[in-house]
Amino acid sequence: MALQSNCPTGPIEQRWEKHRFNLKLVNPANKRKYEVIVVGSGLAGGAAAASLGELGYKVQCFCYQDSPRRAHSIAAQGGINSAKNYQNDGDSVYRLFYDTVKGGDYRSRESNVYRLAEVSLNVIDQCVAQGVPFAREYGGMLDNRSFGGAQVSRTFYARGQTGQQLLLGAYSALERQVAAGTVAMHTRHEMLELIVIDGRARGIVTRDLSTGKIDTHVADAVVIASGGYGNVFFLSTNAMGCNVTATWRAHKKGAFFANPCFTQIHPTCIPVKGDYQSKLTLMSESLRNDGRVWVPKSAEDCEKKPGDIPEADRDYFLERRYPAFGNLVPRDVASRATKVVCDEGRGVGPGGLGVYLDFRDSIERLGKPKITERYGNLFDMYHHITDENPYEAPMRIYPAVHYTMGGLWVDYNLMSNVPGLFVLGEANFSDHGANRLGASALMQGLSDGYFVIPYTLGDYLAKVAPTSTAKDVTKDHVEVKAAKKVVTDRLKTLLAVNGKRTVDSFHRELGKLMWDECGMARNEKGLNGALEKLPVLREEFWKNVCIPGMGESMNQELEKAGRVADLLELGELMCRDALNRNESCGGHFREESATEEGEAKRDDEAYCYVAAWEHTGEKTAPTLHKEALEFEYVKLSQRSYK
Amino acid sequence: MKFKLNVWRQENAKSAGRFEKYDIDGITSGHSFLEMLDVLNEKLVMQGKDPIAFDHDCREGICGSCSLVVNGRAHGPQEAATTCQLHMRKFRDGEEINVEPWRAGAFPVIRDLAVDRSSLDRIIQAGGYVSVRTGAVAEANAIPISKDVADRAMDAAACIGCGACVAACPNASAMLFTAAKVRHLNLLPQGQPERDMRTIKMVEQMDAEGFGACSNHLECEAACPKQISADFIGELNRDLATAMLRARGASGNASAGG
Repeated sequence: MALQSNCPTGPIEQRWEKHRFNLKLVNPANKRKYEVIVVGSGLAGGAAAASLGELGYKVQCFCYQDSPRRAHSIAAQGGINSAKNYQNDGDSVYRLFYDTVKGGDYRSRESNVYRLAEVSLNVIDQCVAQGVPFAREYGGMLDNRSFGGAQVSRTFYARGQTGQQLLLGAYSALERQVAAGTVAMHTRHEMLELIVIDGRARGIVTRDLSTGKIDTHVADAVVIASGGYGNVFFLSTNAMGCNVTATWRAHKKGAFFANPCFTQIHPTCIPVKGDYQSKLTLMSESLRNDGRVWVPKSAEDCEKKPGDIPEADRDYFLERRYPAFGNLVPRDVASRATKVVCDEGRGVGPGGLGVYLDFRDSIERLGKPKITERYGNLFDMYHHITDENPYEAPMRIYPAVHYTMGGLWVDYNLMSNVPGLFVLGEANFSDHGANRLGASALMQGLSDGYFVIPYTLGDYLAKVAPTSTAKDVTKDHVEVKAAKKVVTDRLKTLLAVNGKRTVDSFHRELGKLMWDECGMARNEKGLNGALEKLPVLREEFWKNVCIPGMGESMNQELEKAGRVADLLELGELMCRDALNRNESCGGHFREESATEEGEAKRDDEAYCYVAAWEHTGEKTAPTLHKEALEFEYVKLSQRSYK
Repeated sequence: MKFKLNVWRQENAKSAGRFEKYDIDGITSGHSFLEMLDVLNEKLVMQGKDPIAFDHDCREGICGSCSLVVNGRAHGPQEAATTCQLHMRKFRDGEEINVEPWRAGAFPVIRDLAVDRSSLDRIIQAGGYVSVRTGAVAEANAIPISKDVADRAMDAAACIGCGACVAACPNASAMLFTAAKVRHLNLLPQGQPERDMRTIKMVEQMDAEGFGACSNHLECEAACPKQISADFIGELNRDLATAMLRARGASGNASAGG
């Protein structure tokens, strides 16, 4: 099967406009006849559900949290990019497009990324109109800052809580539609299966997490915006509930999974403190604007107090290695450089897994009040967690899994290869290539939800008869019942294992294996080893997991077990993908493919493609489909931040 | 460190709840409170017992899911922090700790320590938004907003909707939550066209959900993990009074004109 990206052709700046004109429209009177399911209520899902409801479609929106406002988009701290050029510093749509393709190490689609940069302008307008309280200058205009790897100031922010404020904007629009009756919101519901009938996505099976009730929902299209799969590593900056189940179930029903090995390791997180640790906390990379990253020059100094180490004995390794970008190099570069100094034995803190992020010079230059204004809540958060005061001693940071660029394959319309299944936000693969730039996730989530799906979904729906009038699929349809049975059987099987190990113990073991073999650096031997160990671990899980209680009530162990079961399968696909891609690009660093200076070395001859994996059965290996990437505007070059 | 825990256990909204005692050992000062509960839950699972249900998600103090009353205080003894940001170093070794759910008529218990807070969503549905269609908006910098106003709106918008204000209030009032949500939008120029209607409807919905009235105990402000100021409650009352006066005036004018 050849993958059709359905990207428009012609001059890049006219493609989206031309494409929008060519998309079919649904008559306003007919919109209410179409039912759309949206899975997830974060920036992408929340914005989509609100916008589609507003257009008049009948929307059902599902989230596992107790309120749509708690989706994990809420935790994003730093900001959102937009090519407004309010700073008059040379930004433009074209520059944001160019930076994003380059930052993604040339593994994304030009057409998608250009559209993203283009609608980034509308996103800020929309958020401001909703009442998002972005930071402002004294003149009353919106403030911007420079953010991770960008040489222009194009990042809009709301203190250190940008994600929360943007999500509250989308959530308020969503609740407005709930009140208007166009969106039915189902909180504490988890999608456990995709219903595919005659090749089209027609609904989902859900479990009510409060009561355990399994239900089916039929619709004309399904939109998945369920976020990323970083929790495959057990420890990550993701929320505890973030999972791959919605996308993985869709994958097993035919949707291709693209570039699963492209994961982002964020350089500035609070280091691991013990075996009991349940998750990692990000410190916004905006801190790198004013903080300087260093370790002692000599491993012998690592035990000393940082204040006792004189300037001459400090190695500001990012400034040394990358003089042009210094502490602001992109995330993948900063994380790997951190790993290098720690591997050399120069890391600080417990286990030597940490580097200093030091504000001493900024506090001297700008004064403490200015630093408090910029980062006060981040400093407080660090203080709460570590019991150390970052105004007095430098923070200690270490890289942690943060975001997954891979996801379900989608075309330019954000539709997967399963007709009627659309995938938005972090759940799809499309815009960030092999590495996402800071402040681009919020931009993509809202762009997909507010400004892409309302157009492209209509084009699909205009070509199919609405279920509400066609009555071809109801809850009694044989496929709907079969999907429900798959879910109930699976839950029964899990509950019946009655083994000797907790879900978390399996999750921890999976996470460690993935971090060691498919983390910041990967090699053939390690990946092959993981591919041998993972099926063994999975088999043990299904024989030896212990889940008390029953299915017909709130049962949080059962919820976790279902998610971990899917993550165990996903881990294998990630290793397979990482093994296949014998080049280094962005967040994917294959030790076999490095420059003499230890930087990532791409192989454009062999790997300038999207790797989209097709599930072929439980016992057979997945099939690899390649979508060749063509670059007409951006010149492929070795990324250099020196 | 070791602790004696008294944890509220309740099968579902209809069943009667009770405190259960648990001894826990091998905890370090670096464990977060929820990580301590994780350890206890793993132990319970291995004994074939039902683990303690509680809401939690981001574990970095921003999603507002976690919701425990610890030793009688919503979110526990640490100021300006959610339960997930509370660490065991705040407790004495050997201390006895009571753990309960948010208690309020408008927050029915689902199981153990997890409660249903959908009443807060319904207050937002009543008017906690600016009615703008996607795309039908002005250029972002078309409306200048002074930094003071934007910062003050942000102070209100920082509310994470956890419901600690309700849990801490002797009347189980949701005034601090509602005030923060109303004032965030009422402060901004974008919020002006719907200002009066929003204020009246959100307060009406708050009452309809069964939250109590505010009698100025200010426990809400003390418990709020985001330190939302109770001044917003005063501002809400002012907004409500003027909105009702204007509404009366408007209907009076309408009848006079009719």
